[in-house]
Amino acid sequence: MKDLFLILTIAAYAGSLALYLRFLNTGKEITGRLGTLFLGLGLVAHYFALLERSRGLHTVPYHDLYGSMSLFGWLLALTYLGLELFHRQRSVGAFVLPFIIVFFVAAHLAPADRLSPAPARGVIFAFHVTLSILAYAAFALSFVFSLIFLGEERLLRSHKLGDIVWRLPPLELLERMSRSSVLVGLVAIAIGTALGFVWVDRLMGQIWYYDPKYVITLLVLLLYVLYFHLARTASWRGARASKLCIFNFFVVVMSFTVVNLYLSQSHRYF
Amino acid sequence: MEIVLVGLNHRTAPVEVRERVSFTAEQSRKAADELRSRGILQETLVLSTCNRSEIYGVPPESSHECAPGLSSFLSEFHAVRADVLGLSLYHHYDREAVRHLFRVSAGLDSMLLGEAEILGQVRDAYRFAHEYGATGPVLNRLFQGALEVGKRVRSETELGTRPMSVASAGVKLAERIFGKMNERSALVIGAGTISEQVVNQLRDRGIARLFIMNRSRDRADELAIRFGGKVVGWGEWETALKVADVVVSSVASEEPVLRREILQGAMSARGNRALFLMDLGLPRNIEASVAELYNIYVYNIDDLTEIVEQNRNARESEIPRAETIVDEHVGKFLSWQASVELVGLVDALRARLREERAAFIHARMDSMNHLSAAERERMESMMDELLEKLLLQPAERLRGEKELRRKIQNVEALRDLFLSNREKP
Repeated sequence: MKDLFLILTIAAYAGSLALYLRFLNTGKEITGRLGTLFLGLGLVAHYFALLERSRGLHTVPYHDLYGSMSLFGWLLALTYLGLELFHRQRSVGAFVLPFIIVFFVAAHLAPADRLSPAPARGVIFAFHVTLSILAYAAFALSFVFSLIFLGEERLLRSHKLGDIVWRLPPLELLERMSRSSVLVGLVAIAIGTALGFVWVDRLMGQIWYYDPKYVITLLVLLLYVLYFHLARTASWRGARASKLCIFNFFVVVMSFTVVNLYLSQSHRYF
Repeated sequence: MEIVLVGLNHRTAPVEVRERVSFTAEQSRKAADELRSRGILQETLVLSTCNRSEIYGVPPESSHECAPGLSSFLSEFHAVRADVLGLSLYHHYDREAVRHLFRVSAGLDSMLLGEAEILGQVRDAYRFAHEYGATGPVLNRLFQGALEVGKRVRSETELGTRPMSVASAGVKLAERIFGKMNERSALVIGAGTISEQVVNQLRDRGIARLFIMNRSRDRADELAIRFGGKVVGWGEWETALKVADVVVSSVASEEPVLRREILQGAMSARGNRALFLMDLGLPRNIEASVAELYNIYVYNIDDLTEIVEQNRNARESEIPRAETIVDEHVGKFLSWQASVELVGLVDALRARLREERAAFIHARMDSMNHLSAAERERMESMMDELLEKLLLQPAERLRGEKELRRKIQNVEALRDLFLSNREKP
């Protein structure tokens, strides 16, 4: 069946979202665990959907915009699952799953034109791209955590609790998860960028040639290092650090859009 | 197979009466034995909590007839005058008794709407009576249904999800900031009744470290010993505020106890880690401008009372959903009850028709001498076949069709129509 993995992925992610929402509502451990299980199943099905798409188009997932988006969604899900297992907390699943579903659905339902085969660029290049997308997925997660943090913090300080506050994850958990997520992103972007330089060196015989993408990637790296450091200091911990994290993600989005589309010569979809 | 309920609760009886009519485990067993031996009830279950004492039973005869006997039994058993007890007792029969129990187990009849404890109490009472052998098929089915209702109401509605006291609302809010309390510290300033309530809540939520500060050292020591806390000297803010994540203050003081300067110093000493302050004092114990400080969350008694009020409204808005679940299960139970009774009725009807056939054949065949023995036998077998045919279809439909069982709920009327009193199953 042609769209088997597509359907399975959507079903598993939708099931996971429904279960996470129910977990948020009722606090029943079993529904949370089932949510995690469905997310895991979704990841497996998503992997095969990516594979199927790449085979069908005779290219790698990151060769076009939609493929990159789907890979981004997959890495987002993978990073979230890792964080969830590490922090043993499931209450943010309901907030992350919609992003994963949007990326997956948008990527796979878009018309896929037959592309020219991707040039063979080797393992180093593949790792460079995959780790870079992983980093952006991790930064996107920290952005989501920071947004929830700021919203919840504002509600708690203004005493306007409404129905929602009782369902949101604790503030300190959001801070911790955001920091962990940024750490994953930092490690991935550092290694990914280094591999990019190695690949350029092999291809062109020189490590450095000017590309605005380098500048903005360096800026992203520095901004997240700054966040990681400041988030644990007395004057920044809490809302200020979350605001910085949100700002940082806007720089990431700039890197993805303006820089990739209009300024960079060698980067297109990652 | 009727059901009767006699009892009293917080709405019908003052605490002085409730405490006299409550049952210990031993008394519950004794009551079940006596009710059975006196022929008042065949099946018995006693549900006794601090807010209610109720006896659910299945009488051998009509439920309405056994109710006065049950009331006198209660009065005699607890040595409370019948006229005093009579004012507090309520009686429910069949559908109303079932509905009452299901509402009780859903938390709809509780003093604190939607409270969780009652479901556990219903479960314990049922387990206890079942193990003792006091219940039978009807009460077993009834209480299993009640437990299902309780679970469904708690998982499908928000009747019991939100805190309903100032102390629990405060502690739940602290959990919104810090998560689980088992790695957190709390400082309780003041050792009065309200502080005790908060300490109770904090202990229930597993607080890791508890510090108690009070002007009178003796009272602080007493509270610390009772709840496993540590006493901190009055005014030792630096030590106490450096480690505490949650601070609860409820002391009688004209001036604020926790001033802005104290908390500013404390926040810098604790590296601006979040601090949750519950000000339960009147006049307020915490200076109002403290709420402006970074990473500090201050809730006073009015804020918390308002949250409790909102939660109460939210719980009340869930009542219709909970009542729908109750009604659904009442219908299910009555349908089951009707099906069991109808099957019994069909069996009784079959026995009655066979008797009639035997009498009929005996009376009419005597005059039919021209019939051979084989012909007589053949006629008898044809009549048997006809009777079975007449009864088989309704019996099968009763077993198979839930809707039909729901429609035929007044089995008593059917019995009266087809059978005399003597023959009722």
